[in-house]
Amino acid sequence: MVYLALATGFALILLGLYGAITRRNLLRLIVGFTVADTGTHLVMVSVGYLPGRTAPILGAAVPPEVAALRIIDPVPQALVLTAIVIGLGVTALMLAYAWRIYATRGTLDISRLRQLKW
Amino acid sequence: MIKRAIAFALLAGLGLVFLALWQGFEPDPSLNRSALYYAENTVTDTGAANIVAAVIVTYRGLDTLGEVTVLFLTAAIVAMVLRGGLADSGPRPGRWPTGELLHTGSRLLVPLIALFGAYVFLNGHLTPGGGFQGGAIIASAMLLMLLTDPARNFSHRLIATTESVSGLAYVAIGLAGMALAGGFLDNRILPMGEFGSILSAGAIPLIYALIGLKVGAEFSSILLSLSEREK
Repeated sequence: MVYLALATGFALILLGLYGAITRRNLLRLIVGFTVADTGTHLVMVSVGYLPGRTAPILGAAVPPEVAALRIIDPVPQALVLTAIVIGLGVTALMLAYAWRIYATRGTLDISRLRQLKW
Repeated sequence: MIKRAIAFALLAGLGLVFLALWQGFEPDPSLNRSALYYAENTVTDTGAANIVAAVIVTYRGLDTLGEVTVLFLTAAIVAMVLRGGLADSGPRPGRWPTGELLHTGSRLLVPLIALFGAYVFLNGHLTPGGGFQGGAIIASAMLLMLLTDPARNFSHRLIATTESVSGLAYVAIGLAGMALAGGFLDNRILPMGEFGSILSAGAIPLIYALIGLKVGAEFSSILLSLSEREK
């Protein structure tokens, strides 16, 4: 199960990067980056998973005394929560810059934005 | 053509690295040392049932403060970049009126969504969820309102005030932890309460409520900035 999640995460990263490299439209490029972002989250969560264990939330199902034997690693989950929030911030910034480029240059096609090309 | 070949070669190389990682991956049989510490000491240290919440709000509280600062900067930069209209706006496409169904539905749903968001961040120390998730849910209520009536004017001042007041209160609680308990953002400035009840885990519910309001205000401000460009 964890291998399947890991493989899906890696596949999403490759798929997203493929989109980000080959597409010309800035909005599609942003979608590609978002897909790759989701893939990294999936990989990180899978790495913290321990077979046969449950979520790191204590209560009636997992009493605190036996927590060390019953829960998965909470640290990757906290990291992924942070990564999701920062990923949203990055996406918002990319969209804002894409809008700005469209407003000033009238195009979203990166092959027509050649100022920095040499 | 050659560009596409280079792209495929790059991705194939990365894919080989991933394949090697995937084949060599072996799930840990038991928790590593830091995870073991969190598993054994979270309840006595913080009183929180959700260990992820304890890690985010208390053990790594300073990092979370940095995270909401990054989000604040993002919202500020998005507002700054999107300010100033299109130079040559050209003819605007006519806006279709939104339907009766969406209007009535949003009037019913917006308060419920906001209430659910508040529920999620107030129960962050007990159940899956917390300030960031609750804030995102509240911002989705904002998104629904924007979809229903894109021309409506929302109060930027209210959003900015919510954000700065909750951010200041967050830092103030952190400093109170230095004065009254073990250090910056220590949650033991409030009584620990009974494990598993809503008023427990010291300052964690309070901090998560502030994070929820701050994140909700920041996401709403980003949505509003993006949507106002459409007018």
